[in-house]
Amino acid sequence: MLSKRIIPCLDVKEGRVVKGIQFVDIRDAGDPVELAKVYDEQGADELVFLDISATHEGKKTMIDVVRKVASELAIPFTVGGGIRTLEDIKETLRNGADKVSLNSSAVNRPELITEGANYFGSQCIVVAIDARYDEEKGTWIVYTHGGRKPTEWTVVDWAKEAVRLGAGEILLTSMNQDGEKSGFDLPLLEAVQDVVQVPVIASGGAGSSEHFYDVFTEVNADAALAASIFHYKETSVQNVKEYLKERGVVVR
Amino acid sequence: MIGIIDYGMGNLFSVSKALERLDVPYKLGDRPEELQDCDGYILPGVGAFPDAMKALDDHGFIPFIKQKVEEGYPLYGICLGMQLLFESSEEGGDTKGLGLFPGKIVKFPGVDDGGKPYKVPHMGWNQLDVRQPELPLMTDVGKEYVYFVHSYVAQTSDESILYATADYHLDVPAVIGRDHVVASQFHPEKSGNPGMQLLENFCKVMVKQ
Repeated sequence: MLSKRIIPCLDVKEGRVVKGIQFVDIRDAGDPVELAKVYDEQGADELVFLDISATHEGKKTMIDVVRKVASELAIPFTVGGGIRTLEDIKETLRNGADKVSLNSSAVNRPELITEGANYFGSQCIVVAIDARYDEEKGTWIVYTHGGRKPTEWTVVDWAKEAVRLGAGEILLTSMNQDGEKSGFDLPLLEAVQDVVQVPVIASGGAGSSEHFYDVFTEVNADAALAASIFHYKETSVQNVKEYLKERGVVVR
Repeated sequence: MIGIIDYGMGNLFSVSKALERLDVPYKLGDRPEELQDCDGYILPGVGAFPDAMKALDDHGFIPFIKQKVEEGYPLYGICLGMQLLFESSEEGGDTKGLGLFPGKIVKFPGVDDGGKPYKVPHMGWNQLDVRQPELPLMTDVGKEYVYFVHSYVAQTSDESILYATADYHLDVPAVIGRDHVVASQFHPEKSGNPGMQLLENFCKVMVKQ
């Protein structure tokens, strides 16, 4: 039986991990490779690296990070942020990443999903969706550009379209819950789970082990992603997995 | 020396680095003449079956692989590289494979026996059910989790080639083999310690350096 995946996410800027990491026991807490190793040892099932570099040099540095992670670790990882063309996808995957995550670039030019899926297979193409609930419309709306720009798409329609175009997985972030630490956005996840037949990664809102339990048992998410709860050592991947295992959720 | 068959369709970087971590000498070659003097071979693969067969053919690897297997050289197929070893695939119409194992590659039905839909691709960590633990390739590999990511699956009537399976609405052939030809549906280089153990067993036990 397929196990539920726990995925730490690392924000990387100009080759360094950002967001006040509190790992005192490693030599260089800003080094993405060192942190990746820590999470691997804790039992992380996958890793996501989100490149938030603004400069061209930063993007090039990201490829070095990808190569180093692929050289030293034997778990799959996804790279997102600034991947705009088929060439970007090729470069990222050929240097050892397993998947790319497309966000604004896929909304701007949806054919990019199909181009990537045709070339490497759907399993390499993750479409990341930033969702915010719109009270007036009574549904979730897709935001791009790091959550700054609303689009015309409802999340449910865009998720369906992305899968139709070739997305092999949906990384669904609730902007309403992000940073709140009060649990994943279960109604949002349920709405998307109902309309797509590809794996869905829940993101935004993880504050405790219980929240992971809820997202796996109540809406049957395939994977759950978190950043600060792991970075600030509020818990570890290992603790979350032990909690889940004790309660009958299948984890590795 | 392990020869990694480079026909333009694999994540060669990760598998090369995995061999380096195991201290196994290897070389990459995109033409048969570059890989003539190796002791064993790895056939990687990511992408679509028809593209891969065409690329193997364009690089002149189809007769090469068949000949090396006939001469008794060990071969390990990874992921799509495993699927290529079967007789055919229904991916992109009916495409002929290398025919080293009986059976064909079919798409996951996406609906279970009770008519209930399930997700495709089969993506994530799933547990191995080892059926032939006594084989050299399976040394120290137990009921462990390995990382799968595939939409097509091997279907064979020859149970003797199944070294290990995984349960995803059907028995997924996870590790297969016969004599010196072996393969896994998952990427050993992305499957943590059990994956590295399989690679080590292949490179250090099955291949005579």
